[in-house]
Amino acid sequence: MTQPGNNEILKAVNLKKYFRIGKNKKGPIFVRAVDGVNFSIKYGETLGLVGESGSGKSTIAYTVVGMYHPTSGQILFKDQNIGMEAVRRSLSLKKEIQIVFQDPSSSLNPEQTVEQILSLPLRIHTRTSKRQFREKMVELLEKVELPSDYLYKLPPSIGGGEKQMVAIARALASNPSLIVLDEPTSALDVSIQAKVINKLMNLQKELNLTYLFITHDLSLERNVASRIAIMYLGKICEVADAATFFEKPLHPYTQMLISSVPVITEEEEKLKPKKIVSIGEIGSPVNPPSGCSFHPRCPYRMPICSEVDPEMIEVSPGHIVRCHLFSMPEKTGSKEV
Amino acid sequence: METKENILLNIKNLHVWYRVYGGYLKVLNGVNLIVRKGERVGLVGEAGCGKTTTMKSILQILPPGDFLIPKGEIYYKGKDILKMSFSEIQRLRSKEIAMIFQDPTTALNPVFTIGTQIGDVIKYSIALEEKKVHKEKLKILSARALKEAYLPDPERMLVNYPFQLSGGMRQRTCIAMAISSSRNLLIADEPGTSLDVTIQDQILHLLKEIVEKMGASIILITHSLGVAREMTDRIYVMYAGTIVETALTKDLFQNPVHPYTKGLLASVPKLSGGGIARGIPGRIPDYLNPPQGCRFQSRCEHATSSCAENPPQFVEVEKGHLVACYLAQR
Repeated sequence: MTQPGNNEILKAVNLKKYFRIGKNKKGPIFVRAVDGVNFSIKYGETLGLVGESGSGKSTIAYTVVGMYHPTSGQILFKDQNIGMEAVRRSLSLKKEIQIVFQDPSSSLNPEQTVEQILSLPLRIHTRTSKRQFREKMVELLEKVELPSDYLYKLPPSIGGGEKQMVAIARALASNPSLIVLDEPTSALDVSIQAKVINKLMNLQKELNLTYLFITHDLSLERNVASRIAIMYLGKICEVADAATFFEKPLHPYTQMLISSVPVITEEEEKLKPKKIVSIGEIGSPVNPPSGCSFHPRCPYRMPICSEVDPEMIEVSPGHIVRCHLFSMPEKTGSKEV
Repeated sequence: METKENILLNIKNLHVWYRVYGGYLKVLNGVNLIVRKGERVGLVGEAGCGKTTTMKSILQILPPGDFLIPKGEIYYKGKDILKMSFSEIQRLRSKEIAMIFQDPTTALNPVFTIGTQIGDVIKYSIALEEKKVHKEKLKILSARALKEAYLPDPERMLVNYPFQLSGGMRQRTCIAMAISSSRNLLIADEPGTSLDVTIQDQILHLLKEIVEKMGASIILITHSLGVAREMTDRIYVMYAGTIVETALTKDLFQNPVHPYTKGLLASVPKLSGGGIARGIPGRIPDYLNPPQGCRFQSRCEHATSSCAENPPQFVEVEKGHLVACYLAQR
């Protein structure tokens, strides 16, 4: 993850985003939504970002697309620093990074027809003559398998899955290279979700897109992401490629997450680490626990965990974990992790 | 085995319609459901298929004035709920059946303390026998209920307001209310859906333990097949207001018969990878003008002309495994 190379489309270096929510005698109080995150995305891959609510996944998404200005740290897009708000980004940069939101019912204006929704990004980001406009929009709808008569429909009159398809078409309108997908299917039923996900995967191959795929659904992530990063209280605690991630989860939190997922086959049941039982709840990002923020819930906690925040350690190529169990190799054996 | 005594709840051919501008939404179209004593039953289906409507009609908490029950019976311990008087229904709600709702944030009243709200539930269930309930006794009983739901420091919790608790703790409070006096049937409407997966796991374990301890039956409503598989003995699969398949949990996952069940199972992303199936094309039919015959026909790849004429009847494919599909009859 930290190795240099120009095959990275996006790179976050020590990214922090704090929100000020008030002050007391000691000074201002902050919500530490994202607290020193490093990650990178290679061209054409899907990085899955997983975490419970309040772990800072969406804050990262919004910072990448420029809805938030980072408190400190850098975001490098094609080796260029884009740590500024969208209003200060150039059009050519905005065009490259697009986002699909969680709930299409609130991300699409209910009073605009699909035609109006799709025409805005086309007008701003592409040079399309008036004559070609309709043609272009039908083409976009075709990409997401919607018939051309949908141009004249209003979002409330179409189904949830189709609405999300319109939102995807809108994101595709500017020909982006990176799309941030912020829980794109969590508002949909599973039978509809499958269709949307398959479409997204096909589009990625067809148009050579890179995805930052954010979700809380681990089983879904297993099927879409090439690499997965787990977040807990504003920090990334484990990164690995999808297969390793589920076969050899190292961080106790990852193990707890995987063992909590309700599954439907025996095969999946075998993948679950048995020893970890879910206890406690996610701490507060205003006043995170000292040291490793996961230590109050961790079954393997040691005295050091509440004092020192662990470093990111690369245990095998591409498999990075943030846990004291692995910073002291002599102890890992006895812990049977 | 099928004696009258061990059947707790028996819903027969239930139809529920909602009145809207332009006619009636014919939501439930002949729901049949049986819950035996001590059984854990799952009701699985996608959003808008009538799971919650079915459960609300058991407790008679459908929006007043907006619904119509043209046909059907709901027998609880051999008595038809739909023909009960108001006081009998009150007794049912306070002594027999309890419901846990999906979103604990909206299920709890934000302006009353946990102690007041849980105390009310206990007061009304005791008030049926004793005229006056002592305050101290209420406090003790409330704290005990909270303790049974594994809430830390229950005495202090009683003076807290819902906003001071986390989502998981709020759901535990709702469970504590449901079990504050002994019940024979718990209805849990998506109890973990609004929570994180690790917290959902804790809540489901708690429910499982409580049901076992009380010897009560539970109906678990969920859209997640995984949750149903881990929590229940028997599953009903619901589609567009009808039950399409029911079987023991193990049989259903090993040998699904109805095309909808199969499609649903294939759509669930697997932890072991291997990609996702195509999903089911189309969407739930319009309830204002539902199709004649099988309600799944427009999305079904095996649909024939007979599917469009009459709704299919239940066929027993193996013992206790019923399927409402013409495919199973052939």
